[in-house]
Amino acid sequence: MRTVKHALLIARKDLAVELRTKESLNAAGAFAIVILVLFSFAFDPGPEEVREIGGGLLWLVFLFAGALVFNRSFARELPNDCLDTLLASPLSAGSLLVGKAFANFVMLLAIDLVSLVVFGIFFNVNWTRHVWELGVVFALGTWGISILGAVFGALTVDLRLRELMLPVIIYPLLIPLLIAAIELTKLLLSNGPPSPSDFLWAKMLIVFDVVFTALALALADTILVN
Amino acid sequence: MREKIAIGLSVVAAALLAYNLYQMFMVLPDEALQGAIYRILFFHAPAAMVGMVGYFVALAFSVLYLTGKNFLYDSLAASVIEVSLVFSIINLVTGSLWGRIIWGIWWTWDARLTSALVCVLIFFGYLMMRRAVDEPTQRARLSSALCIFGCVDVVIVYKSIDWFRTQHPGPVLDFRTGGGKMDPAMANIFWLNFLAILLMAIALVLVRTRQESTAREIDSLRRLAHAAA
Repeated sequence: MRTVKHALLIARKDLAVELRTKESLNAAGAFAIVILVLFSFAFDPGPEEVREIGGGLLWLVFLFAGALVFNRSFARELPNDCLDTLLASPLSAGSLLVGKAFANFVMLLAIDLVSLVVFGIFFNVNWTRHVWELGVVFALGTWGISILGAVFGALTVDLRLRELMLPVIIYPLLIPLLIAAIELTKLLLSNGPPSPSDFLWAKMLIVFDVVFTALALALADTILVN
Repeated sequence: MREKIAIGLSVVAAALLAYNLYQMFMVLPDEALQGAIYRILFFHAPAAMVGMVGYFVALAFSVLYLTGKNFLYDSLAASVIEVSLVFSIINLVTGSLWGRIIWGIWWTWDARLTSALVCVLIFFGYLMMRRAVDEPTQRARLSSALCIFGCVDVVIVYKSIDWFRTQHPGPVLDFRTGGGKMDPAMANIFWLNFLAILLMAIALVLVRTRQESTAREIDSLRRLAHAAA
């Protein structure tokens, strides 16, 4: 319970800093919209093609925008040795990691929502029929991306070439989650009836989130404490 | 002592390989449906198996490093992953050659091919990360954590094979099928070649571990000299 309370405290701090500076949100949001615009120029898809590839496009946008958010997540604690101060505080490493992941999750979910609205307008896709189901898929997928983003954001925080290393490491790790999220999003955008394999993808999203959250908590000290 | 073991293993592996190559090309007949190209299986599947086993051996070494903080385990984990990566790439290349002949394509986004490629990408990232960290303790700690995350991910990726429709051939070895899919003479050479490749991999790991340990010793001496100057 204390870990959750401390994690929420860290998340609140990160979100407050972000709302004041908007350094990650502005960059990631603008980046997401630019990719959507470029995509329409690059492929000029028709209505059928949009339903077919829309899921993949949206998750790639979330992923690329996410990398910008995760890079800043721990890096913003480096000036004035804020990270050392946080680690020296009574907060556990687990609560720090989950708190950072939760702040990333909220920011990325906001970017997901903006991207979805822009995607609907630009490509004439009505996504409102399955809004709750899409919300659940986005939340599960975004949490998986956020927890791995927080873990590897922490691992790469003081590496040279940090901005390059983070995507190289986390994108391959996120492939199972992306496959599941893309399949489910594609189904919800096309309004087709669900098949048994779609429930397997939903289970895969949940398993991915649970396994990597548990692993992140178990290895939090190793990841953060030098 | 370690050099002698490595040399001994290499000699046994080379002798076994020579015997296997003779059997493969001079004794065993062509396969009824695939013709001569089926022989690639004798290298393709053992390379995949050695690569996959290697990743989980590296996982064990990474956990041992995190519990004991002994740098030898870090060197072993890095060496095993490097060697496993080479065998995984051999697996992908030989599979691609086989696919070109049998399927008419170099590559398809089939689940098993994709999962093999994802493994290569994950552990390529591991090696890149090791090069990006200069401080040995930090490098060992971060690499161990990445190896654990990578191996857990490999399991999830591998599981996706059951869920995706796959055009990759099904299992043919007795321990997967219960027997009857592969001629016993071919199965014997298959397992002998697996042994040869495994011994070669162990010899390579011993050599690489020695190099890793030496590199760390040189690095610490350099740091000492720098501090003393």
